[in-house]
Amino acid sequence: MAAAESLNAELESFRAEARDWLAKNFPPSLANVDVAMASAMAGFKPSGNAGLWQERMAAKGWGTPTWPKQYGGGGLSPQEAKILTQEMNRIGAKNPIGGMGVMMFGPTLLEYGNDEQKSRHVPGIVTGQVRWCQGYSEPNAGSDLAALRTQAVDKGDHYLVNGQKVWTSGAQYADWCFCLVRTDNTKKHEGISFLLIDMRSPGIEVRPIKLISGFSPFCETFFTDVTVPKENLMGPLNGGWTIGKRLLQFERAGLGSGGGSAGRGGDARGLDQIAKDYVGVDEKGRIADPDLRARIAQHQMDAKAFALTIQRAQAEAKSNVNPSAVTSIMKNAGSRLQQDRAELLLEIMGHRGLGWEGEGFAGDEIAATRAWLGGKAVTIYGGTYEIQNNIIAKRILGLLDHQ
Amino acid sequence: MAILNEEQTMLRDAAKSWVSEKSPVTAFRKMRDSGNADGFDRAAWAEMAEMGWAGILIPEEFGGSGLDYLTMGLVLEETGRTLTASPLLSSALVATSALLLGGNDAQKKEWLPKFAGGKAIGTLALDEGPHHAPANTALTATRDGKGWKLSGKKSFVPDGGAADIIVVAARTSGKSGDTNGITLFLVSGNASGLARQKLKTVDNRGVANLTFENVSVGADAVLGTVDQGFSPLESVLDRARAGLAAEMLGAAVQSFDTTLDYLKTRVQFGQVIGTFQALQHRAAKMFTELELTRSCVEAALVGIDRGANDIPALASLAKARASELWHLVSNEMVQMHGGIGMTDAHDAGLYLKRARVAEATFGGASFHRDRYARLMGY
Ligand SMILES: Cc1cc2nc3c(=O)[nH]c(=O)nc-3n(C[C@H](O)[C@H](O)[C@H](O)COP(=O)(O)OP(=O)(O)OC[C@H]3O[C@@H](n4cnc5c(N)ncnc54)[C@H](O)[C@@H]3O)c2cc1C
Repeated sequence: MAAAESLNAELESFRAEARDWLAKNFPPSLANVDVAMASAMAGFKPSGNAGLWQERMAAKGWGTPTWPKQYGGGGLSPQEAKILTQEMNRIGAKNPIGGMGVMMFGPTLLEYGNDEQKSRHVPGIVTGQVRWCQGYSEPNAGSDLAALRTQAVDKGDHYLVNGQKVWTSGAQYADWCFCLVRTDNTKKHEGISFLLIDMRSPGIEVRPIKLISGFSPFCETFFTDVTVPKENLMGPLNGGWTIGKRLLQFERAGLGSGGGSAGRGGDARGLDQIAKDYVGVDEKGRIADPDLRARIAQHQMDAKAFALTIQRAQAEAKSNVNPSAVTSIMKNAGSRLQQDRAELLLEIMGHRGLGWEGEGFAGDEIAATRAWLGGKAVTIYGGTYEIQNNIIAKRILGLLDHQ
Repeated sequence: MAILNEEQTMLRDAAKSWVSEKSPVTAFRKMRDSGNADGFDRAAWAEMAEMGWAGILIPEEFGGSGLDYLTMGLVLEETGRTLTASPLLSSALVATSALLLGGNDAQKKEWLPKFAGGKAIGTLALDEGPHHAPANTALTATRDGKGWKLSGKKSFVPDGGAADIIVVAARTSGKSGDTNGITLFLVSGNASGLARQKLKTVDNRGVANLTFENVSVGADAVLGTVDQGFSPLESVLDRARAGLAAEMLGAAVQSFDTTLDYLKTRVQFGQVIGTFQALQHRAAKMFTELELTRSCVEAALVGIDRGANDIPALASLAKARASELWHLVSNEMVQMHGGIGMTDAHDAGLYLKRARVAEATFGGASFHRDRYARLMGY
């Protein structure tokens, strides 16, 4: 009891410290502004207040709050990190340090990198100065990722890389790429290695691809006789598949937990409020279209169920009760929720939600339309909806393929 | 497939081959990328009129071929397949129907021959907000000497920028929401006091917002009877819904066919992805929905041709079904193509975008479910 009380007191004093630091360091003009997202999407480094906010969080290590202090992380306990998030949410402060380095590569590097690799690469991620991209998918290796063919040949003191990646998000802005490459042609999964490639190496060509949303956040990436120093191999030779999969777990966890809110675009109010504006209300103040109203309620119940499940998963993780199978459903549940919301929002806005650009549409409306289109990707990247369901069916439920 | 007569079969086949030769999706893409402000290719529209499509519904005495709605639906289905953008629906079906149902002889004589030859484009300006709501007409027409003055707004008018003549629903008595007190007017696209704002929408078609500021028209501009415009308007709308449903059916069929092809060719895990049951069942479901929807679309068109007494219910059924169908298939089209379906270079996005606009036009599934229930008396 006494121990719990003193822990509580410690946490409360941390809350005070965090609140105080944020009050002094967070520029209020950035309330609800997602600096990390904006700069990742458009490929610029934040300046002005945004730059200041990023620098301060970087110096404090709080952009990556639980990462070890030794490499520039915040060194906070999970409970402290949670409090920090609460305090940031309270004032609308978004973490200005983000991207694939923070979400996916960093945690994997901390687990699998050697000391030299960690010292070299973690600090750049912690400060948001170095951008990473993910070189996994190839034209013929999507869901069947292990079919990848980009080749790294051992040339004694270096690897020589040849091949093509595709759908490489942010490759046009990235400094580095964490890449799955083939180092043994005789085996499928056991012939893959995890290689860190400097995007400025000669022989790399990046061609942006335009999405249905009109944006070009991803690229085709070509490697022609690219020289990669041997020290950039992470983990054992031909041992890349395990590392690559571990990274995907971080990716999916990140994608899942953002579900229903990530990439919303447009009006941040609840669908019920937006619907009242666009569709009107009846004499009792209810959304005038009862069919739409029922489906909004359905969506909000789904969203509530999802939020409660996240809470339950977090509580379970903290208390170490059976680190449950519940996390396996997060990506699909979250991504569907996000897409359902976008579809409903479009329907609520009617023709106003179907503008592309120019006059006649509000900025929020165009943003929602573009987010609806862009959001179709969340059931495709990071392992498709179908692949996630296969994983649940096979690994969690024990339903194996018929032979 | 409905049982077709020789003429219908011929026109459908002609449409099929013209569309595949002259108006594949690449033509739509070219039109889009050229920044075409009309939202359709005038040269292609001239060819369509040349083949007689603009006059399918127009009696021979007014220069058309006096065929039926089923025939029109067959052609719309084919043009829908490749997302052919043209005034076929707005002019040759909707505005034409308004004149056929509400026009007097002089009005028909003036406009129908021009419509049939593709020399003039007509459209219907009805909704005043983002949602389809025929009775919520607020744009006012007030008597002015022998004629009328129109003031108010119309939103998201299909081909509203290019139209030469616009059928405008106006309020002549009562208030927005009343079905009585609506009158239809014929207003020139160049009328003074009419401002047209062309919009850039996801489907790149020619939709516009119209603002009327004391637009003067003569007494001869009234289409049908003053204050009694709602009933013919509903009849026009039912024809519009059935026609649009046919276009959507065609587009959904093509979305499905393209997807099915991909399921049969894309290899992952050493096999074509169509061998995965998770996808097979969804393909089977789409196919089932396609067949069910085809029955509804054809029943609505045939019902119109035969003067059935349940045309409104059939039209709502067809439009609701077509909306749900294409919603489903357009989403599956993107999903089943994986990353490539997300790219602008692939057709999936074009179908997805047009699907949502077509869903919202003349009432979506939600609107028509409600209307169906009301028509059925519950
Ligand atoms: C916006 C976006 C960003 C991306 N960013 C990156 C990135 O940064 N780096 C990177 O490496 N990749 C990235 N990707 C690629 C993404 O990971 C792949 O698109 C995804 O893995 C699917 O592969 P694919 O596109 O080849 O589709 P395919 O694997 O060809 O799938 C086509 C369809 O078949 C289904 N399917 C395949 N196998 C099965 C099966 N066994 N059972 C049932 N259904 C199956 C799929 O679910 C899908 O519906 C991105 C993709 C998008 C859309």
